Amino acid sequence: MTAVSERQQLAYIASQAADMRVNVELETEGMTLNIGPQHPATHGTLRIIVKLDGEQVVAADPVPGYMHRGYEKLSEVRTYPQVTTLINRIDWLGSFANEVPFILAAERLMEVEAPPRAQWIRTILFELSRIANVALFLGDMAVQLGAVTPVFYAFRDREYVLNLIESATGGRFHPNFDRIGGLKDDLPKGWIAETNQVMQKVQAFCDELDALLLGNEIFNVRTRGIGVVPAEVAQSYGLSGANLRASGVDWDHRRDTPCGLVYDKLDWKVWTHPDGDSYARYWVRLQEVREAAKMVVQLCDGLPPGPIMAKVPRIIKVPAGEAWAVTENPLGEMGYYIVSKGDLVPDRVKIRSASFNNISIVPWLLRGVYVPDVISILASLYFILGDIDR
Amino acid sequence: MSSGVLAVDLAYWQVTILRVLGLLAAVLLPAGTIVYVFLFKMMSFMQSRLGPMEAGPYGSMQLLAEVGKWLQKEDLFPDGADRKVFAWAPIVVVVSTFIMYAVVPFGPDAWFADLPTGIFFALAVSSVSVIGILMAGWASANKYSLMGGLRATGQLIAYELPLVLAVLGVVIQAGTMNMQGIVEAQRNGEIFGFGGIGNPFILTQFVGFALFMIAMQAELTQPPFDMPVAESELVAGYLTEYSGLRFLLFFIGEFATAGAFSAIAAVLFLGGWALPGISFDSNLMNVLGPLVMLGKMMLVVFLVMWFRFTYPRFREDQLQIFAWKFLIPISLVNIAVTAVLKVAF
Repeated sequence: MTAVSERQQLAYIASQAADMRVNVELETEGMTLNIGPQHPATHGTLRIIVKLDGEQVVAADPVPGYMHRGYEKLSEVRTYPQVTTLINRIDWLGSFANEVPFILAAERLMEVEAPPRAQWIRTILFELSRIANVALFLGDMAVQLGAVTPVFYAFRDREYVLNLIESATGGRFHPNFDRIGGLKDDLPKGWIAETNQVMQKVQAFCDELDALLLGNEIFNVRTRGIGVVPAEVAQSYGLSGANLRASGVDWDHRRDTPCGLVYDKLDWKVWTHPDGDSYARYWVRLQEVREAAKMVVQLCDGLPPGPIMAKVPRIIKVPAGEAWAVTENPLGEMGYYIVSKGDLVPDRVKIRSASFNNISIVPWLLRGVYVPDVISILASLYFILGDIDR
Repeated sequence: MSSGVLAVDLAYWQVTILRVLGLLAAVLLPAGTIVYVFLFKMMSFMQSRLGPMEAGPYGSMQLLAEVGKWLQKEDLFPDGADRKVFAWAPIVVVVSTFIMYAVVPFGPDAWFADLPTGIFFALAVSSVSVIGILMAGWASANKYSLMGGLRATGQLIAYELPLVLAVLGVVIQAGTMNMQGIVEAQRNGEIFGFGGIGNPFILTQFVGFALFMIAMQAELTQPPFDMPVAESELVAGYLTEYSGLRFLLFFIGEFATAGAFSAIAAVLFLGGWALPGISFDSNLMNVLGPLVMLGKMMLVVFLVMWFRFTYPRFREDQLQIFAWKFLIPISLVNIAVTAVLKVAF
């Protein structure tokens, strides 16, 4: 405490009182604005109740649950292979990545390990779904800021990646390709060469957006210093993925948590940004798409031969026990906790999806910002409704 | 159109009917061209897609289909709406656009009204649309509409100033407020003694042109200044509750105003209906003039649309800062420099 004279204190109190009087006189009634559940910016059915003073947010309260589909409960009446069909639909833009942690947890319980080739292909598809997911963010963020063109570029180049996923797995959005002990199929003929070409297109797409948006003055004034999340706040709210790395926390499950994927055999880098603002979140995701494209090329080069399926019984019964597996999904940390009683079906599945935790910071983050920034901050946090509500 | 074009003497009512038809054509044809060429096709090509292709050759009839669609939609009034104000708002907006066209010259004798203070009149009536937008925002009984309407009002009033100040430079240089006089001043002007191509004011008033284009972009509420209708924030701002014919009127108003402002920009900075360095007799120019004007207007609209499809939008406070702290001081300096040079040369 600094020493203050009594006189200074009195003057301070008097000025505060004067401020109060002025505020009472000029005070206008606030407005409650209901953003969503049907609103173009929530791309889904997230509802955010904001209390406004003019255009400034006084309080914001996210109301998830409009799309709750009860996947944790539904999983309890489905056999293990059937569950992958459900969880495909959690983060519907990067579906394959949803299957992997569940399968890994089940494999851990059954004590089987996928053969190397299956692990490599899993990693390829995992990174492809990351590109398919985050590429859309790169365009969508621009739309939320009012630039309509980049999203078309995003959809155009994402289509190539979806074609790859489709030709390998048979499904554009919901591959349902991962199996306990390996994969459903091997890669089709000529797939590797095509993938290498598409990855060049993805890199070109990233360069294009880099030039179109990151160099744009309006994009800069709209995102720099907006929605700043300091590192300790990000950690205390349980943010994960690019949102956390954009706050300068160097944390990536692909590198830090050994799991059934082959990231340790690749040459790649975890990008972080010290600022923690919307710009940083965009920048980190852009770098991650580039990094993912690089990884896919490396994975295609080093793809080992061999079987794609380990020896597993035809009817899968998972031994009693509990297992937790977590991966770094496109949206952030995603994990499954499986409790098995030795049945055909899991006894209990707990899904930890990234977006639910990521939007928990919304009330803290939106206090005091302007309405246009509400939208840009929500866009930069990047959530998928299915990933919030499950 | 003055009766001189047809070389026959017409009664007053006949001239009036001709003028009304001419004004309708002058408002609707550029608006339709802008929507089809720029909004449908150029935007699509910039975004690596084809745009409408099914209705007519290369989708050229798409506009008719759209208009037909809007005409048959139900004319909805929200429950809490102030019905009279809600109904009149789009008409106020469209009328202000129509009146703006009235003073634009399309040839030596091809004009609707030749006011001595034409440019002043055009800029004055352009602000009438603010009232219509505020009416729409208020009467919709919708929070998004209200915010859109208020944003639009703040924005249009803020950018009126740089718009007028940018025009002042031209007026000083031309020495007249009459639009026809401004065209003549450019046709017969000289740049430091060289009169081969006249003096299109874009060459000597390039700062004014840049200011005018920016302020015009804001007046048209096109991105990067489209906060009033920001579809990702305010759904569609003051347009949210409109449907059917009334939405169509707003839509026509938006693009007809784009045409009107680009016509004014063409007259002020690009030499209007005159072609630089070429002079035909006035009867031929009365026919060629509207085409030349249309070409120049489309050139200006191309710039507007190019920015529209490329830039993200500002935030409301950043927009105000941009107007008051950058555009207005620069335009004041521009006026001072123009005045000094006018006296010096």
